[in-house]
Amino acid sequence: MKYFMFVVEDPTAEPYVPEEDNIGAWVEEMTARGVNQKGDRLRPAAEAKTVRRRGDELIVTDGPFTESREVIAGYDILECADLDEAIEVASKHPMARFGRIEIRPFWIWE
Amino acid sequence: MVSTLIRITGDWSLAEDCTAEAFEAALEKWERDGVPRNPGAWLTTVAKNRALDRLRRATNEAKKLKEVAIMNELEEPADAEDVSDDRLRLIFTCCHPALPLEARVALTLRTVAGLTTPEIASAFLVPEATMAQRIVRAKRKITNAGIPYRVPPVHLLPERLGGVLSVLYLLFNEGYSASSGTQLVRTDLAGEAIRLTRAVVGLMPDEPEATGLLALMLLQHSRRDARLDPAGELVTLDEQDRSLWDHAAIAEGLSLVTERGGGYQLQAAIAAVHARAMQPESTAWHEVVALYDRLAALSPTPVVALNRAIAIGMAHGFETGLAEIDRVAASGGLGGYYLVAAARADFLRRLGRRGEAAAEYRRALETAPTEPEQRFLVRRLEQVEAG
Amino acid sequence: MEYLMFVVVDPTGEPSDESPQAWVDELEAAGTRLHGDRLRPVEDATTVRVRNGEVIVTDGPFTESKEWIAGYDLLECDSLEEAVAAAAKHPMARAGAVEVRAAWPFDLGNAPEASTAEEAAQ
Repeated sequence: MKYFMFVVEDPTAEPYVPEEDNIGAWVEEMTARGVNQKGDRLRPAAEAKTVRRRGDELIVTDGPFTESREVIAGYDILECADLDEAIEVASKHPMARFGRIEIRPFWIWE
Repeated sequence: MVSTLIRITGDWSLAEDCTAEAFEAALEKWERDGVPRNPGAWLTTVAKNRALDRLRRATNEAKKLKEVAIMNELEEPADAEDVSDDRLRLIFTCCHPALPLEARVALTLRTVAGLTTPEIASAFLVPEATMAQRIVRAKRKITNAGIPYRVPPVHLLPERLGGVLSVLYLLFNEGYSASSGTQLVRTDLAGEAIRLTRAVVGLMPDEPEATGLLALMLLQHSRRDARLDPAGELVTLDEQDRSLWDHAAIAEGLSLVTERGGGYQLQAAIAAVHARAMQPESTAWHEVVALYDRLAALSPTPVVALNRAIAIGMAHGFETGLAEIDRVAASGGLGGYYLVAAARADFLRRLGRRGEAAAEYRRALETAPTEPEQRFLVRRLEQVEAG
Repeated sequence: MEYLMFVVVDPTGEPSDESPQAWVDELEAAGTRLHGDRLRPVEDATTVRVRNGEVIVTDGPFTESKEWIAGYDLLECDSLEEAVAAAAKHPMARAGAVEVRAAWPFDLGNAPEASTAEEAAQ
C-alpha cells in the first residue's frame, strides 16, 4: 500500500540532538527495503508560496497554506505491506522524535 | 487513562463504576468527531493513474478478497462458537491505535460484543446517526489505511495491549452499570468483557495489567447478586449481603492480584481488601488508603483523589474525611460530579449533621445519572429528614 | 529543480466542478509535472511520534486545521516563479488553495547535520 509521509516540525517535540539525527541511515535502510520510493526535505516554510484565485484576483502569499505551529519539513512516498509497517518506518525516522510524522494513504481510484 | 474506580465505601459505592462518569472523563480526552469533508470535483482521475490503478487493482485482487473478508468479519458480530483466536484478531484490530478511541470502543462493542448501534449510542449519550457514522468510518479507515487484521506480532503486543484493556474495561463498565436510564446492571456484557479479558490474559499471561484487569472485573462482578435488592434497588457495599457474593469469582480474583502495581493491579488490590472483609466493619481501610496513595501517584486524577478522600474518612474519621473531600473539590476538576455531594452527604449523615446532609443529598440528586441512583439518594434524603 | 505542490482543501475556496485533467495533461506534456496523486482525507490519517523512547500512534493529521492537503504533484521547474505560475493554473487554486515549495535535498555525503540543524531550528 502506498502512503504519503509528511515530515513535520513540532514545537512540542523532544529537543533536537544533532548526533542522534540518523536521517542518512534511515534513507539507506528504507531504500534498501524498497519501502522508500521517493522523498525529500523541503525548503523552509517561509519560502513556500501559497496560491489562491478568488473572484478576479490571483493571490500569492508567502508561507504555507495554513498558519499552524506544525510545519511540513519534508515528505516521503512509502510502499508498505500495511499500516503497521508504515508506522514502523515512520517511527524510525529521526523526525518522529524531533518532530512528528503523518502517514496518509494514497487514494486509489475506484 | 482515567478509569472509573470502584466506589468502595458506604453510599458512594452506589455508583461503583458509574459508567456515565467514566465516559465523561474519557470524552474529555477524545478528539472531536471529524466532520465529513468532500474535496469536490477536482478529485477526478488522471489518465496515467487510471492505467496504473487498473494494474494495481489486478495485482491487488487477492488483497481485495482479504479486505472483503475482513469487512464481513466486522459486519457480523463474532459467533459464540468462533475460535478465541478470531476474537482476539478482531479485538486487536478494533482497538488499533490508529483509530480514534471512541471509534475503538464503539467498534468493539458492535462487532465483538454484538451490541446494537442504538444501544451503543445510548451508552455514549450521542445520537444514533452519529454513532452509526462513527462505526462506519472506523471500518472504512481499517480498509483505507491498511490496518492489518491480526493479533499484533510479539514485539508490538505490549504497547497494543493497553489500548485493548481500556476498551475492555469500558465494555465491562457498560455491563456493570448502565450509563443512563432505568437499568443499573447488565450482566451479560460484563460476562462478555470478562471472557474477552480472559482470552487476552491467555495470550499474555505474564502481563500484570491484563491479569490485574481480569482480577478487578472478577472482584467487582462477584458482587452482582448483592448490588440490587429484590425490588431492584441499589444496595451499597456496606449494606450488601456478603453471603450473596460469588466467592468462586472472589477466590479467582484474589489469586490474580500481585504486588506489581500498575493501574489495574492497584484497583484490583483495593477491591481485594473489600472482598477479604467478612463484614464491613472488618475492612482494612488503612490498606485501602495506602493503595490509593500509590494509585494517586500513578494516576493523579480528581476521581482518584476523591476516592482516596473517602477512604481517608473511613480510616481516620469522618471529620478528617470531610476536610479531605473539600480539599479535593476545591482543587477543581470535579465540577458537578455528583459523587462529591453524595460523599459529603454520607459523612455528614454519619456524623448526625442531618440538615447539612439533606442539603448535600439534594445537590447530588441534581446530577445523579441513573434512576436507581436517584431513588437511592431520595431514600437517604428521606432518612435524614425523618430524623 | 523539483518543487512539491500541495493541493489543499480550503473552506474559503469557490466551489467548482472543474476537473484538473486538462492541467495534468498540459503540464505532463511540457515535462513540468513528474507525478502526483490524491490522498485519502484526514479521517484516514495517522500520526506517529516518538516521545521518551515510546512510539505514540494516534488517529488524525499532523495538525488540526480547516485547510487540509488532499493531494500533491511533483513539478520540475526552472524557478519558484515558474512553479507558482503552474500552480496558479490548477483549478484548485480557485476551489481551494495550492502551495508550492522547493525540494531541498540532503547532501548525505557530507555533514548533513549542519543543514538538518538549520532546518530543525526553524
